[in-house]
Amino acid sequence: MAAIHFRNIIKRYGKGAKVNQVIHGVSAEVKDGEFVVIVGPSGCGKSTLLRMVAGLEEISSGEIAIGERVVNDVEPARRDIAMVFQNYALYPHMTCFDNMAYGLRILGVPKAEIKTRVDKAARILELSHLLERKPRELSGGQRQRVAMGRAIVREPQVFLFDEPLSNLDAKLRAQTRLEIQKLHQELGITSLFVTHDQVEAMTLAQRIMVMNAGVMDQFGTPEEVYNKPATTFVASFMGSPPMNLLKHAPGVRAGTILGIRPEHVDFADDGWLVKIEQVEMLGAERLIYARIGEEQLVLRVDEGVPVPALGASVRVAARQERLHWFDAGSGKRLANT
Amino acid sequence: MVERRPGLTILSHVVLLLGIALVVFPIYLAFVASTHTRDEILKVPMPITPGTHMIENYTSALLGTETQGAHVVVGRMMWVSLVTALVISIGKIAISLLSAFAIVYFRFPFKKLVFWMIFVTLMLPVEVRILPTYKVLADLNMLNTYAGLTVPLIASATATFLFRQFFLSVPDELVEAARIDGAGPMRFFKDILVPLSQTSIAALFVIQFIYGWNQYLWPLLATTTEDMYPIVIGIKRMIATGDAAVDWNIVMATAIMALVPPAIVVILMQRWFVKGLVDTEK
Repeated sequence: MAAIHFRNIIKRYGKGAKVNQVIHGVSAEVKDGEFVVIVGPSGCGKSTLLRMVAGLEEISSGEIAIGERVVNDVEPARRDIAMVFQNYALYPHMTCFDNMAYGLRILGVPKAEIKTRVDKAARILELSHLLERKPRELSGGQRQRVAMGRAIVREPQVFLFDEPLSNLDAKLRAQTRLEIQKLHQELGITSLFVTHDQVEAMTLAQRIMVMNAGVMDQFGTPEEVYNKPATTFVASFMGSPPMNLLKHAPGVRAGTILGIRPEHVDFADDGWLVKIEQVEMLGAERLIYARIGEEQLVLRVDEGVPVPALGASVRVAARQERLHWFDAGSGKRLANT
Repeated sequence: MVERRPGLTILSHVVLLLGIALVVFPIYLAFVASTHTRDEILKVPMPITPGTHMIENYTSALLGTETQGAHVVVGRMMWVSLVTALVISIGKIAISLLSAFAIVYFRFPFKKLVFWMIFVTLMLPVEVRILPTYKVLADLNMLNTYAGLTVPLIASATATFLFRQFFLSVPDELVEAARIDGAGPMRFFKDILVPLSQTSIAALFVIQFIYGWNQYLWPLLATTTEDMYPIVIGIKRMIATGDAAVDWNIVMATAIMALVPPAIVVILMQRWFVKGLVDTEK
């Protein structure tokens, strides 16, 4: 097990005039045994960052260290990592056993030990009865588990997950999420998990690294990221529906942005006057889309609360202790809130 | 099209049967001719049911008889043909696999140029470059050798391209997974690429084996002694020109025997084909 240090990581593609920088100096430290989720929209550089840890992408500038060892020029196989790919990347012509054992065979691990290690991993993942099958005979979820098994048998210092759940259906995804959590509790191996799904990020992570356009906007626990977003981007990316960001509502000073989560706005006797535009029923709660001046305001109210008619003008109030203030220019959270 | 009209079914079957008859009848006739004596075949009309001299015709073809054309031993010629076809097909597959591997997975100087040079050779079949090739071979004393028969035919742009296309379709994640597993380039080639290419290899083997077996023009130039003639040339040489009578029964027996190895290859490999087609997941 080991900590991972990112020291001012920069990634550029191309040379000279056509250079395209996709990661702009990320510095962070992932602690030994921690489960960190890197989250962000497509093209924000989250996968690139992960692949640089794996050694599949070169590091243009900066240093990555696993434990005490700087791994910039170390071959992927010698970095003591294991990776789970989005499409699993199982070798189609090998049985599950061979898929898991292949890396160990190359390392020259004795046969008997390979057998014990694969059997152990298969037991953890409940794959024991599938070891003689080939990947094409397995369901998506089972393939996923074989891919994880292949990572486990290597007994690495670091697990890398590259959107491993995005090819599973919703139910299986929730289930696998729990399995990954359980696995991490059992093995305690430092893990980096890349996803674009903020729900996955919130549920899995001990700490979340939010990436936006090649910059790390925030790195903190799920609570911190949700309750104290560092930028308007984080505020709007984490949470569904996203935080309301208001520039022109009454009480908002020029040059600032007011953020308020939909669940922190209530109907009130006095407050903002808004016009109800749409209502969505989600089961236990409703989303109410309202208009305040030119801007949209979303409210999340319990299913029991009476809903005003569409087109009606009502007054709503934001809970004062739940307001977030951002600088309109930089989008950064203002320090006094 | 799923239509249930009996007329159409009958018609299509009749067309298919006619087609089969058209292809099979000459072969059947060759077989019939190989079971009669020479005199019986030359009678008009020629018999169309098998005769009784099958075994003696085939033994004399295999062991060699003095026919009018030349002394021809089919056994030896079949051996030459078999070796030639096998060396050509296996050599082609080996070289094409390796060159496609280099082109797809490695970065090296002048890669584009190399790629285009291979591409250009597509336009230069043996027949076009036959004189210079002959000259080179003659100077290297390679006439009348297996090497002379096979080496000039081994390089294959077609097969290289086929494998290149296949390699390009192998997902990058597989390459990366292998890298993380610690497989070096040749290990990746041997353990992953080649097993994945099985079906393409089988398909190419069939095509190239038949290509090699049916070579006529090149062996005609590259061999001058009886013991290095492949079977296709042997058949030609048994058909004497001029007044001499031809032992058609022996010629036909030889032709039938010449058919057998390619047919076996096709039949055996067909299983692989189908297995491969059914098994591949994509």
